[in-house]
Amino acid sequence: MVEIVSPLEPDYRRGAHGNREGGSGVTLSETQPGSIVQLAAWPGQDEALRKVIQTVTGLHLDAVPGAGAIVENTAAFGFAPGRWLVVDQAEGRGETLRDRIGSDLGTVCDLSHGRTAIAVEGERAERLLSKLYALDFSAGAFPVGQAKSTAHHDVFTLIHRTGVDRFDLYVYRSFARSFWHLLRASAEEFGYTVE
Amino acid sequence: MLIACPYCGPRDLSEFTYQGDANRTRPHPMSNDQSAWNAYVYDRVNTAGDHREFWQHSGGCRAHLAVVRSTLTHEIKSVAIARESMNREAAK
Ligand SMILES: [Zn+2]
Repeated sequence: MVEIVSPLEPDYRRGAHGNREGGSGVTLSETQPGSIVQLAAWPGQDEALRKVIQTVTGLHLDAVPGAGAIVENTAAFGFAPGRWLVVDQAEGRGETLRDRIGSDLGTVCDLSHGRTAIAVEGERAERLLSKLYALDFSAGAFPVGQAKSTAHHDVFTLIHRTGVDRFDLYVYRSFARSFWHLLRASAEEFGYTVE
Repeated sequence: MLIACPYCGPRDLSEFTYQGDANRTRPHPMSNDQSAWNAYVYDRVNTAGDHREFWQHSGGCRAHLAVVRSTLTHEIKSVAIARESMNREAAK
């Protein structure tokens, strides 16, 4: 297995940062999944592709926009009409999916090297992300398991709510360090921990 | 201004890109009809009221949308996935 090199590396400083008066409001971490795979169904093949994703990942995905699920080291969610992202801490998911998804069904695009995954976790996670995106992050509007496609200026972001206090963010690798700077600066007021 | 994307729900205007008037018809790519191409490129109905137009949810699900917006009030009257909307039109 090759060693994973982080685009955040020069600016990834583990430990406690920012305003420490109230403790640590959020924890930021790069999760480094081994597989990040984007799947797209040809017109009319949405249901068939969704079923294959369910079979391969073992996750249940409802047939509604943004529906997602997470179990241990695997996550999957819809982020656009007929499109899903499958994320796994293990490598090689792209190959597994490519073997199961014929060219009549849709396309499989391995983005493992093209995206950087950042987890934002903690009691101030909702507040922190509200500073960056024009979205309602409350649990009612954005329930656990759901995903949303959005953007902070030109930094396109897929956001998957993987816990009551946890969001997994996927950004373009080339923008990741700049975005990381922004995330850290925005978390300064709450106090944050880099894990 | 908010646009209710059929996939993502209501989102801020800043997530969308305007893609032009949806009232015109693109001539067949093989067409040599100069007046048809001229009309496609230059003629606009200049609607005062409900206007059919294309948008892309470029800062979201990236779907192309067919929107009806009032040019007088900016009220969004309807939003549909462009592909589905055009397939429905074609079936009529
Ligand atoms: Zn959308």
